[in-house]
Amino acid sequence: MSFEIVDHPINIQTVIDKVIRRNAGAVTTFIGTVREMTEGKKTLSLTYEAYIPMAMKKLEQIGEEVKGKWDDIEMAISHRIGKLEISDVAVVIAVSTPHRKDAYEANQYAIERIKEIVPIWKKEHWETGEEWIGNQKGTKMYVNGKPSEEDLH
Amino acid sequence: MITLLFFAGVKETIGSEAIRIDGKQQTIAQIKEYLLHTYPTLSLQGVMVAVNEEFALDEDIVEGNDTVAFIPPVSGG
Repeated sequence: MSFEIVDHPINIQTVIDKVIRRNAGAVTTFIGTVREMTEGKKTLSLTYEAYIPMAMKKLEQIGEEVKGKWDDIEMAISHRIGKLEISDVAVVIAVSTPHRKDAYEANQYAIERIKEIVPIWKKEHWETGEEWIGNQKGTKMYVNGKPSEEDLH
Repeated sequence: MITLLFFAGVKETIGSEAIRIDGKQQTIAQIKEYLLHTYPTLSLQGVMVAVNEEFALDEDIVEGNDTVAFIPPVSGG
């Protein structure tokens, strides 16, 4: 398991290489990129900010969770912070397992958990203004003012 | 002293990424009350709190030298 938060462009192959191993028959790679259009609104750029020590702990927690759910798994996650332009890579998740189904499922699990528990935020910059994302559709919102038991553990 | 850390929109409202407050024991709810009183434009709706990098609840008690982070809804990935 390998996790990092970086302030420079992510080399995708480097992340993949961290999970390549002799007993892996499948490697899935998720690449999260900066999208230009969101619900008709044009993004010019994004700024990502992290609470780095806690974000690292939570990424490691996700690593423990996937190890508990899937046998024989390796995972590497790199998340970029700072200013990103359209089409820049914000996050790369590489997962290797002996068989493909586990690699797909574990990879999806990891990105969903990042969006739930890892303290990283993005600010969208538009022609008409800017806003921290987090209370719109598609991002985590603790409607009861607190996370569920599952979020905490 | 208890260190309070702020991020994203909360940081912008407070105008600082960290402040320090008196270090006696108090609950997270009391710290939130202090912040809302001190910064009238602040909203903590949907904001989670982490004590020493672990998520915590309003009734949890914070002591001197703890670091309390205010975590707006996250949006990484």
